[in-house]
Amino acid sequence: MKEKKSLLRNDGFQTLLSSLACILGGLIVGYIVLLIIEPKGAFEAIVAVMKSFLRYPGKLKMKYFGQCLVRTAPLLMCSLSVLFAYKVGMFNIGAAGQYCAGACAALYGALAWNLPWYACIVLAIAAGALLGAIAGALKTACNVNVVISGIMLNWITLYLTNLILGQVKSPSSPYTKSLQGTNPGALIPSLGLGKLFNNEKSVTIAIPLALLMAVVVWVVLNKTKFGYELKATGNNYNAARYCGMKENRNVILTMVIAGGLAAMGAAMLYLTGIEDWETTISSVPGMGFNGIAVAFLGGLSPLGSILSAFFIQYITAGGGNVDLQVYCSQISSLISSLIIYLCAFVAFFKFFLQDSIRKRDEKKLAQSQKGGEG
Amino acid sequence: MLLLLQYTLIFASVLMLVALGGCFAERSGVINIGLEGIMVIGALGGALVLKYMPASAGAPVVVISTILVSALFGLLFSLLLAVAAIRFRADQTITGTAMNMLATAAATVAVKAINTAASGGNDVSSDISYTQTKDLLLVRLGNFEFNWFMLVAFVLLVVSYVLLYKTRFGLRLRACGEHPQAADSVGINVHKMRYAGVLISGLLGGLGGIVYITAGVSLWKFENGVAGFGFLALAVMIFGAWHPLKIALASLLFGFLRALGNVYSGFDFLLAMNIPSVVYNMLPYIISLVVLAFTSKKSRAPKAEGIPYDKGSR
Repeated sequence: MKEKKSLLRNDGFQTLLSSLACILGGLIVGYIVLLIIEPKGAFEAIVAVMKSFLRYPGKLKMKYFGQCLVRTAPLLMCSLSVLFAYKVGMFNIGAAGQYCAGACAALYGALAWNLPWYACIVLAIAAGALLGAIAGALKTACNVNVVISGIMLNWITLYLTNLILGQVKSPSSPYTKSLQGTNPGALIPSLGLGKLFNNEKSVTIAIPLALLMAVVVWVVLNKTKFGYELKATGNNYNAARYCGMKENRNVILTMVIAGGLAAMGAAMLYLTGIEDWETTISSVPGMGFNGIAVAFLGGLSPLGSILSAFFIQYITAGGGNVDLQVYCSQISSLISSLIIYLCAFVAFFKFFLQDSIRKRDEKKLAQSQKGGEG
Repeated sequence: MLLLLQYTLIFASVLMLVALGGCFAERSGVINIGLEGIMVIGALGGALVLKYMPASAGAPVVVISTILVSALFGLLFSLLLAVAAIRFRADQTITGTAMNMLATAAATVAVKAINTAASGGNDVSSDISYTQTKDLLLVRLGNFEFNWFMLVAFVLLVVSYVLLYKTRFGLRLRACGEHPQAADSVGINVHKMRYAGVLISGLLGGLGGIVYITAGVSLWKFENGVAGFGFLALAVMIFGAWHPLKIALASLLFGFLRALGNVYSGFDFLLAMNIPSVVYNMLPYIISLVVLAFTSKKSRAPKAEGIPYDKGSR
């Protein structure tokens, strides 16, 4: 007899439920903060954040929708990087630095060497992969915790990036030279995609490419022997070794792939010309850290990441909508960081849910047995 | 030269305070990646005191209230980690990362809200300036600016050492980080000990935050957080092998490297080498990475750190 599984028992559904709970929690606390700052207008402000680009009329809406998607692509890539490493048992906090390295390589290749866009992307991936390889090698050869080496590499890479991109910055501002003016061939082609979004130039094939990468990561992790070996190494290093898997190679390879993914994301943003790198920034760009948020909000599934990446970017874009005379746009970073904080509770929430289901089952079983005796 | 010594000592104080904080948390078995965030929140509390307290209140009052408020802010913020990691057995790395992002965002929102409200919408910056009260923290001995925080850091170092190695509390705390099941079996309340460890780290981290933002400058832009100093403190803690006295030595070394970045232009031979200033910024991180590579094989990390305590597990 095939028993019908209730929706609540479905792991995917539980994940969705807990992610939604996190989002709700983040929004509620965000609203309370707005209320504390200025009760009058707080409701309009939180609605403005949640409506994001949808509040604009017709054509403008499509334009901002397009820009939101452009920024979703790198965020998705960073989250793929984080979740790929996480599935192999490593916390890739270094995604932020790998993202920096990607931006550095892509922009330097484009501005100093006049390379075409595809070569810039490859260069970026190579830079990120190298950084990942360093972290992986430090782990396997010297037993350095990936989190710690990742943090150190983030800062080293940030300063190095500022130093290198300082060579190709525009003379009058701290930003790098514009791609449009210097080397239009380095802009990722739009192939008519921009037309769909009210001729927004920054909408390029980077967006479908990022979606494709999400699918590739899903396939590699779930449908290939290689992915299986990686996950096995993550679950039990010694068991993997006992089974004849090359455990050290797997660890390094994972970090190489994770690094490549994050760096590719950076190329996907900076090669659209939507923004230039500021060579005087003193903190590591938030994209990599937001990638951690997205990965966990998406339930550590590549396909869930697509949704959560879009959502986080949507909320971030909405932050600029609040009345800046009273509130500030960082309210959206506050909300998204609250969401990640709450994501840390997801495991407990699911445990609690499963526990209550199990208890209910036991009760039912006990009752039916009693009924049988009587 | 005196300037280099002054900066070395003040940066070493910051790193030592925060690293000692990390040491307490990890010795109790909880990884505290959120130190950076704790520093930001502590700095916010202290900066607000410095901003709103009249300079006429006198040095002792200002110094003591700044210390108390920033420590309290750090302690309250570390509750976020304590509750999540100990009560709800959450992943400590995610929680810490979230706290770092949360702290910078929350501090920026708070400071901007204060500035906006105070100026009627003209000033929307995330800056707090504390030019007048900052002087009260200093005592000028000739050309050398002695900072009261240096003394505080030294006292807390001694206290930390005694607390961790010479008291019953310290022994119990360390037991919880090495083998919580064994500690539990002899009647130690592991959860309580871990709460103590994390809250002490919040207290020290918050204090480190205010020391950092008053070292040399009299205006802080909260959008920038504390620029990675919390992470550097983590490196100091590891380099110091989770031991207060070694942490003190490590923080002197890293403080010296960091100070070089501030004052290198005062040395002719360094200036002559024409090294870009970012290299000095990078140096502490590179050295810590190299040191970690050589020392991590035989790690002295507490055995049970990062693992939520579950009574039922073996």
